[in-house]
Amino acid sequence: MEKARGKQKETIKKVLHYIKKYWLYLAVSIIAAAVTVAFTLYLPILTGYAIDLIIAKGLVDFAGILAILKKMAVVILITAFAQWIMNVCNNKMAYCIVQDIRNEAFRKIGILPLKYIDGHSYGEIVSRVIADVDQFSDGLLMGFTQFFTGVITILGTLGFMLSINVGITVVVVIITPLSFLVASFIARKTFTMFKLQSETRGEQTAFIDEMIGNQKVVQAFSHEDESLEKFDEINDRLQAASLKAIFFSSITNPSTRFVNNLVYAGVAITGAVLAIRGGISVGQLSCFLSYANQYTKPFNEISGVVTELQNALACASRIFDLIEQEPQVPEPENAVVLREVDGTVALHDVSFSYVPEKKLIQHFNLAVKPGQRIAIVGPTGCGKTTIINLLMRFYDVDEGAICVSGHDIREVTRKSLRESYGMVLQETWLKTGTIRENIIMGKPDATNEEVIAAAKASHAHSFIKRLPNGYDTVITEDGGNLSQGQKQLLCIARVMLCLPPMLILDEATSSIDTRTEIKIQQAFATMMKGRTSFIVAHRLSTIKEADVILVMKDGNIIEQGNHETLLAMGGFYANLYQSQFAKV
Amino acid sequence: MKKLLVYLKDYKKETVLAPLFKMLEAGFELFVPLVMAAVIDHGIADADIPYVLRMGLLLVLLGLIGLTCSITAQYFAAKAAVGFSTKLKHALFKHIQTLSFSEMDMLGTSTMITRMTSDANQVQNGVNMVLRLFLRSPFIVFGAMIMAFTIDVKAAFIFVITIPLLSVVVFGIMMITMPLYKKVQAGLDKILGKTRENLTGVRVIRAFHKEKQETEEFEQGNAELTHRQLFVGKLSALTNPVTFVVVNAATIALIYTGAVRVDTGYITQGEVVALVNYMSQILIELVKLANLIITITKALACANRIESVFEIQSCMEWKENTGREKAGISTAGEAPCAVEFDHVCLTYRGAGAESLSDIHFRAEKGQTIGIIGGTGSGKSSLVHLIPRFYDVTAGSVKIDGIDVKDYAMEELREKVGMVMQKAVLFQGTIRENLAWGKPDASEEEMNSALEISQAKEFVDAKPGGLDERIAQGGKNLSGGQRQRLTIARAVVGRPEILILDDSASALDYATDARLRKAIREMEGNATVFIVSQRTSSIQHADQIIVLEDGKIAGIGRHEELLENCEVYKEIHYSQA
Repeated sequence: MEKARGKQKETIKKVLHYIKKYWLYLAVSIIAAAVTVAFTLYLPILTGYAIDLIIAKGLVDFAGILAILKKMAVVILITAFAQWIMNVCNNKMAYCIVQDIRNEAFRKIGILPLKYIDGHSYGEIVSRVIADVDQFSDGLLMGFTQFFTGVITILGTLGFMLSINVGITVVVVIITPLSFLVASFIARKTFTMFKLQSETRGEQTAFIDEMIGNQKVVQAFSHEDESLEKFDEINDRLQAASLKAIFFSSITNPSTRFVNNLVYAGVAITGAVLAIRGGISVGQLSCFLSYANQYTKPFNEISGVVTELQNALACASRIFDLIEQEPQVPEPENAVVLREVDGTVALHDVSFSYVPEKKLIQHFNLAVKPGQRIAIVGPTGCGKTTIINLLMRFYDVDEGAICVSGHDIREVTRKSLRESYGMVLQETWLKTGTIRENIIMGKPDATNEEVIAAAKASHAHSFIKRLPNGYDTVITEDGGNLSQGQKQLLCIARVMLCLPPMLILDEATSSIDTRTEIKIQQAFATMMKGRTSFIVAHRLSTIKEADVILVMKDGNIIEQGNHETLLAMGGFYANLYQSQFAKV
Repeated sequence: MKKLLVYLKDYKKETVLAPLFKMLEAGFELFVPLVMAAVIDHGIADADIPYVLRMGLLLVLLGLIGLTCSITAQYFAAKAAVGFSTKLKHALFKHIQTLSFSEMDMLGTSTMITRMTSDANQVQNGVNMVLRLFLRSPFIVFGAMIMAFTIDVKAAFIFVITIPLLSVVVFGIMMITMPLYKKVQAGLDKILGKTRENLTGVRVIRAFHKEKQETEEFEQGNAELTHRQLFVGKLSALTNPVTFVVVNAATIALIYTGAVRVDTGYITQGEVVALVNYMSQILIELVKLANLIITITKALACANRIESVFEIQSCMEWKENTGREKAGISTAGEAPCAVEFDHVCLTYRGAGAESLSDIHFRAEKGQTIGIIGGTGSGKSSLVHLIPRFYDVTAGSVKIDGIDVKDYAMEELREKVGMVMQKAVLFQGTIRENLAWGKPDASEEEMNSALEISQAKEFVDAKPGGLDERIAQGGKNLSGGQRQRLTIARAVVGRPEILILDDSASALDYATDARLRKAIREMEGNATVFIVSQRTSSIQHADQIIVLEDGKIAGIGRHEELLENCEVYKEIHYSQA
């Protein structure tokens, strides 16, 4: 509890830090709010004065009334203007802060270690940057507007009321907290009901997700009746839970309104009695009555705002959690810029694991000469991508060192290291944009001829040409309008255009048809000529021709050598190789 | 929305009573200013303290009655709204389940899930709010005006002018800002897409050191979003001040008119106070009404989306009678073969070209049929026609000599065991998952199915054995384990026809081979279709169908095809 409160304080401090930049807007907003509230409260008094001048037939002071009405008109215009200024300032503050936070969060994504990104679902990070920030801004906006004006209204009303009559004020002050008590009593009572409701709702969503998401399987097994039955069972439970939660929480409004009515009646009785005794005028009574309405409203609102603010703070702390993540290790100041990479790669005594408890690569040594081909093989899920992660320095080794052309990769700039590799991954990723934009990623100033040459070399030109807008065809998010094989060819074209001295290639998955694959193989072969290449290999032809084969299993490199020596060893590789020819 | 209202049918009583009680409550609220007028004109003017007390008690009483009415209304509203959404969700779930594969492909499952969850919730919320408030607010607004008429006709005309003016202001601003808010949403979607893209493509972006450019693009989109938000914010920030001005200007007019009318003796001082009070009641209700309308528009949009799902009808009709009855007639002649494709063509709905053209072959009982071809060559389409997931556009598919369209759905799907490409398991125990294939399967039947699918070993190794729990989506199992369990699920019912749609891709060669052997030796003489990318998986099949671009490029045994089918040769040697 103490800790949670401490964390909340911390979060508030950080929020204030973002607000600081917009202090001018904040100041104007506060002043405008004060003006709005004061004048809003002043209006009933003026109305009261006017009414006191309307006594009975023939007893109306028109000159006095007109003067008051003129004053009222001015007050109304000023109030409206102040209100508008306040709204605009609050909007400006809230939206700009959101913009700042989002930019910062996004910049952070650019420098987060891969470990963090791989360890969190994309949906979760996206929801922090988008939904959480939105909730935070909504809460902030509401907080600014309602909390602030609410508090000023309560204080202002109290002041005005006291200035008119102490007795009635006391009546109001005594009865009002009742509505607070009632509201919080109901909120406490309904909390468990709401919890049950959201739990049941979650259960239902999960069920829908499972059954509708996999409806083809459901239908294939004629399982519709059973799943409808199960759905109805959950649905009925949800109905009962929702009815309770919704009904009991909806009692709050009428109940607090009833308390308001009590306050109103209290003011009416004491006010009227006082008026009879000559303590106050009829106008003042009418003024009190309108205060009685105004005074209780912010109380009800504030209780809502507090939950809203707490929610906003919770969102904020989730965002700050992202923003304050430790970024990747910064480059040393004297970082070397790799030039003229010859393709020598050496791994000295490398140890690495994603989590300390589960040891993966241990004391691994490998010397790669320029132009050599390294094939990485092993069953699916054996951690072949780990090697790619280390070579590209997406992850840092725990012990030992990886050297490119004699330089420890931790001592060279990331840019120049990654520029020396051409990478084609199995998960083909394309950005939203045109085909051309995707191909020139590695070389933004490429000419049209170069782009077409690269596409031709990677066998992509023929299909690009047939697309409605050729090279200017826009690819939707994640290349939805292209086939898997076409995407892969584009990824190859992207590398083909800049052709770095070293390559990291992940061979095609089984989901690509074999003939497209032959094209991809040919493209790979063109690229690999004279270049040091690391290939996650699935095809025997690739493996056999490799200079070094790394055999991986469960994240570990268990064998190392060329095809012949590995076969002679009669180990895991030999087994794997022979199983393909086993007569079945 | 209209069509959805049938789900309120069982809650007619609640639907009528909720707004009725709400109106009663509002009615009592409208009396309050009159009581106050009486207090001022009689109580204070005549210095009658007992009268004041009586009127005070009357106010409390009015409040109490209001409270009772209101709580009753809330109960009926909640009951109707929750009941409505329960029935709606039931109907929607049932309806979605009747949709065939064609419709599902068109809609996408994620859309349907959203309709069932958040959209249905929004509609429930909308119904609840409408029942509670939609009548109340206009009732108070117009009620206040009518009450004003009972006090003084001339003063009441100020209400007649103010109310339309206020409506124009409130709803006018709303009409202008609503499309702008859509633009804001579009801007938000854009930066959401950008964020997502940067996470899914983090490796490529870093490999090409594009972090900076991506950040710039994001910041540009973000700035645009903020700009739009500020613009629309400025407009909607006008609502409150403008209504404030209108209502208070009306109050000024009211006081002046009141002064004139009191001076001439038509109305009293207390009645002027009552008029002013009615005006402020209108202001409060209008603000509520504006919020309500936003909720309703949202709910209506959701309701329309749900309705559009209901409007989609399955294009597939199933026979009620069973194929077996017909079987007696048609088997009189020659013995029918297990599966027969008779010049079948298939064009997916909305697709420009045929996905399968003129597919013609026969599979005899007990045969193993291999199907091979490139991505998009129509392998899955072909096997999906056997359990009638899609309807052919020409030709016919026959099982045991009877057109699949003449089978009852249950019967057909019982005959055909299907293992799909994507290995899907459901939350629950392994036993429960296997029971999908045969609800009354015995322990032995399950174990034998696990043995055939090469899953027995790892299932036995689990602490719970058959009762081991599977997490949602089978996340606690490896890809290969999931595939083997989906095969076991299809095998447990001992289907006459078993289809494996590239469903052993995560298995290593040795396991794959053992699996195929076990399936071949399975008792019951099932006809087996194996779809694969690897020639090694199908080379021992009785018939291999080679597909290319939806056409049959060759049919025959492995050796025959190697001799005379170019496409098959190419595939085979590319894998050696």
